[in-house]
Amino acid sequence: MSQVNRLPDGGRIDRDQSLAFTFNGRRLTGYAGDTVASALLANGVRIVGRSFKYHRPRGIVGAGPEEPNALLQLETGGRALPNQQATRVELYDGLSADSVNCWPGPDFDLMSGIGLFHRLTPAGFYYKTFMWPASFWKYYEHVIRRAAGLGRAPTAPDPDHYDKMNAHCDVLVVGGGPAGLAAAAAAAASGARVILADDQPELGGRLLSERAEIDGGPAMDWAAAAEAAIAGTEDAIVLKRTTAFGYYDHNFVGLIEQRGAILPDGGDRSRQRIWRVRAKQVVLATGAIERPLIFADNDRPGVMLAGAVRSYVNRYGVAPGKRVAVFTNNDDAYRTALDLADAGVAVAVAAVVDVRHDPSGDLVTQAMARGIEIVDGAAVTGVQGSRGVRGIEVMGLNEAGDGVTGAARDIECDVICSSGGWNPAIHLHSHAGGKATFDAERGIFLPGETLQAATSAGAAAGTFDLAGCVDGGAEAGKAAAAQAGYKKSPRRKNPKIATEDEAPLRLIWTVPTTAPTGRRGKHFLDQAHDVTAADVQLAAREGYRSIEHAKRYTTLGMAPDQGKTGNIPGMAVLGQALGVDNVGDVGTTTFRPPFTPVTLGALAGRDVGPLMDPVRMTPIHHWHELAGCTWEDVGQWKRPWYYPKDGEDMHTAVSRECKAVRDAVGILDASTLGKIDIQGPDAAEFLNRVYTNAWTKLGNGRCRYGLMLGEDGMIMDDGVTTRLADDHFVMTTTTGNAASVLEWLEEWLQTEWPELKVFCTSVTEQWANATICGPRARDLLAECTDIALDAESFPFMSMQDATVAGIPARIFRISFTGELSYEINVPASCGLSLWTALINAGDKYGITPYGTETMHVLRAEKGYIIVGQETDGTTTPQDLGMDWIVSAKKDFIGRRSFAREDNQRDDRKQLVGLLTDDPSTVLPEGAQITETRLERPPPGSTVPMIGHVTSSYHSPNLGRSFALALVKRGRERIGENVYLPLDGGVARAEVTGPVFVDPEGSRIDG
Amino acid sequence: MLLIPCPFCGEREESEFHQGGEAHIERPKNPDKLSDAEWADYLFLRDNKKGLYLERWVHRHGCRRWFNVARDTATNEIKTVYKMGAKPPRGLTKGRAK
Repeated sequence: MSQVNRLPDGGRIDRDQSLAFTFNGRRLTGYAGDTVASALLANGVRIVGRSFKYHRPRGIVGAGPEEPNALLQLETGGRALPNQQATRVELYDGLSADSVNCWPGPDFDLMSGIGLFHRLTPAGFYYKTFMWPASFWKYYEHVIRRAAGLGRAPTAPDPDHYDKMNAHCDVLVVGGGPAGLAAAAAAAASGARVILADDQPELGGRLLSERAEIDGGPAMDWAAAAEAAIAGTEDAIVLKRTTAFGYYDHNFVGLIEQRGAILPDGGDRSRQRIWRVRAKQVVLATGAIERPLIFADNDRPGVMLAGAVRSYVNRYGVAPGKRVAVFTNNDDAYRTALDLADAGVAVAVAAVVDVRHDPSGDLVTQAMARGIEIVDGAAVTGVQGSRGVRGIEVMGLNEAGDGVTGAARDIECDVICSSGGWNPAIHLHSHAGGKATFDAERGIFLPGETLQAATSAGAAAGTFDLAGCVDGGAEAGKAAAAQAGYKKSPRRKNPKIATEDEAPLRLIWTVPTTAPTGRRGKHFLDQAHDVTAADVQLAAREGYRSIEHAKRYTTLGMAPDQGKTGNIPGMAVLGQALGVDNVGDVGTTTFRPPFTPVTLGALAGRDVGPLMDPVRMTPIHHWHELAGCTWEDVGQWKRPWYYPKDGEDMHTAVSRECKAVRDAVGILDASTLGKIDIQGPDAAEFLNRVYTNAWTKLGNGRCRYGLMLGEDGMIMDDGVTTRLADDHFVMTTTTGNAASVLEWLEEWLQTEWPELKVFCTSVTEQWANATICGPRARDLLAECTDIALDAESFPFMSMQDATVAGIPARIFRISFTGELSYEINVPASCGLSLWTALINAGDKYGITPYGTETMHVLRAEKGYIIVGQETDGTTTPQDLGMDWIVSAKKDFIGRRSFAREDNQRDDRKQLVGLLTDDPSTVLPEGAQITETRLERPPPGSTVPMIGHVTSSYHSPNLGRSFALALVKRGRERIGENVYLPLDGGVARAEVTGPVFVDPEGSRIDG
Repeated sequence: MLLIPCPFCGEREESEFHQGGEAHIERPKNPDKLSDAEWADYLFLRDNKKGLYLERWVHRHGCRRWFNVARDTATNEIKTVYKMGAKPPRGLTKGRAK
């Protein structure tokens, strides 16, 4: 039999279902109902990994989310999951797992030599050691990351999918143990809609791990009846394998559900799903987490939590060792001794070492009656066996609990069950802003005042006896239902539960040895991050007073397990080192979500791949696609970037398109431009306030370019607005700003000027826009419409209603290229018809479709700005030389800010052109500009930057490169040279005006 | 994730809304009369209070209407909501810290 530690019978596993799995390449078997941890223990695996800093051999400590050591790399490729706690992964057939922090393997690890140098790696050693010289960090980092690596990221896309569920309920009960079951049953009986969430595959909580009785039968029978009653209630949802990972404002709780023990097989079932629950009331029955005693070398494989050992014996039918010692400060751990003693001949109890003198509770008496040796008033002062416990050294503990007495005695054992008492799991209570109060007697934090509609019940509220949990849970469930409006509850019969009398525990935070802490063995507080009591004491000596600072300095509680076992002892050690009498006064660190790690896949849900963000396509999209364009993403829009012909590269295609527009006629799909329909008697006054220029006198059918500023005087957006009637305008915005400009207009109308009678409506998607542009544009349009097109009848910056290719259209004579240009707007459903009609009619004029890249080159040749490219939120109209558009006669948003001191500086950056010495150099956009030539600045010196390149292209029309730039005092520098340090050397450029083509504007009428 | 009672639509998730900063800051009627410091106060300076805060929200992915919210910034409790242009309800005073 390979499962050497499997007990012959007992446990909640299914011995008929054998499951094969591999661990570090070893083939092992377990049973259905096992976790990976219980299966590893059953197979006698003691070392599951190496510790984070010292690479000490480590074994399994816990049986749930508290586990600090047994972190596994699960599966490979796209399904790889790093840092999975073996105690939380259900075993399935074919599972493969590896240790995360060792190389080549946990039994022989090359990094373990680190432990020999532990005096060189004290608390905060990263901060102390690797800070100097700073330039060496890039070398250190590489080595440190590998040495301290925890897990590896998946190497392929995740083949599984994940879902998100939204749910509302009257009462959410977190935890399906005795308190949670009682609470959910009581709330459901009152008629409330209940959701019960529990992280295990079976409800029962702690009952799964205990030999408790309720009403004279096994407690799990009571649990099954409670579950049936809840599940049988209308609208109740029972979620197993579901962990509440975060409790947020207004009773919003995030749950993550594992949708089965086995990975989905490619079918419809998602792997995990997130539940977003909004509850009227929440009952937190999250139980308690056992804390270990902090004794010398308490990290040796085989040192486990007493309650966890009970789980392995009772729930999984596994005895983790043959000869087990218990080390405790309380009565509860005696249950472990009793359960082991009853587990049969395979396992023996070596002794119970109790820090208390003359322990006297009922469980102690039972242990004595069973003949178990009890060593009282004693301390474990050492552990024998570095790769697995072989025995313990025990000495007497003095009255104060800070020193040892008498002679040392060795006790042979292979497992040590350690118990320092139980901490209520107040994590969720704390997430949502709940306070914690310290119970000095028991050394625990209890849930205090809460900001949410929530109550804690059972062990989470500090009630540790079973009868109290059931009763408290039922009361909490009933009260929560009543708060949610279900005041009538049926009479409840309290089940009969025998309660053992337990004596108080004795708080010993650091178990002393014959030497000062840290000099003889290591007292580990946080095994996951290798933080010892000596580290925390050192932090205190170095001046750390706050637990929040000491935590970050020592990294206590910052590992994947988030210090679920070590935080409270760590606080106590800090408190003692600082001489604080009451540990509660040291404070508690704030618990933050998630309680246990949540996969990124579950958080993303279905919002991946093509569903991550909507794609917006113009009505002409498919024509572009057939024409073989390349795409540019502009916000959510897909826009043709350029149309390569016969294997053209981008440069050749864009040059061809640029020439075609300036020499013949080009056509652009401008449907993505934001369009806002503005109507109302005050529309012109409204535009007066939001634009820098004047609008009231604009004639009907006339267009005007406008600049929109923020109240800080900086450019926010630009575009052409056309007056269709006295009370009717249509505004265009840049493609990317359409939504934010509409929100901006709405904000001012609703919050500042509600007296203005104006309505704004987005009509971006209602209109398609084909823009024809170039000297032959008029000839082309004449073929498709019968209105007069000469410059007098249809002047620049005007608009006409017309029929184009049989389609009712608005034609705008506006230009973003400096060429004769018509922007033809038709209802979106007719966009493709218009486009193909123009393409067909334009054939004889050499019509050339062009994309956004050509548009950018052409507009830059004319010095036309693009908001967000020539501007960056610190750019004023004056900086761009656009004073001409700024009215001096009226107020508008942003005007007052021009007078602010910073906007009056005489060294502001101004828009200019740049021509490089070498006409083939296309400067990188964003390149920094200096006043003098600097090949290599002296080390440590700062080089004054006087500006940066905003737009840069090759222009086929100029036959050379050119750029736009923002340069300090740029307009004064026209004719001077500036320098641009680039990767390949320093480029020199002459500062010019920003208009490169047709500065007198003679081409606009064709 | 707050649950915000939009005065027009009812309770909706916070993700449907956008917070628009402190409420009851009126745009000066005559900006030219203001010193640079006074203008900067209007432009940039906002209270950052622990406790009751009167702020503007817009139901961006809903009715697109702006409204005011009285929220306790320490507890996130929403005391009340009220429409644009309305005065804060009695008992809720702004108390601007200078």
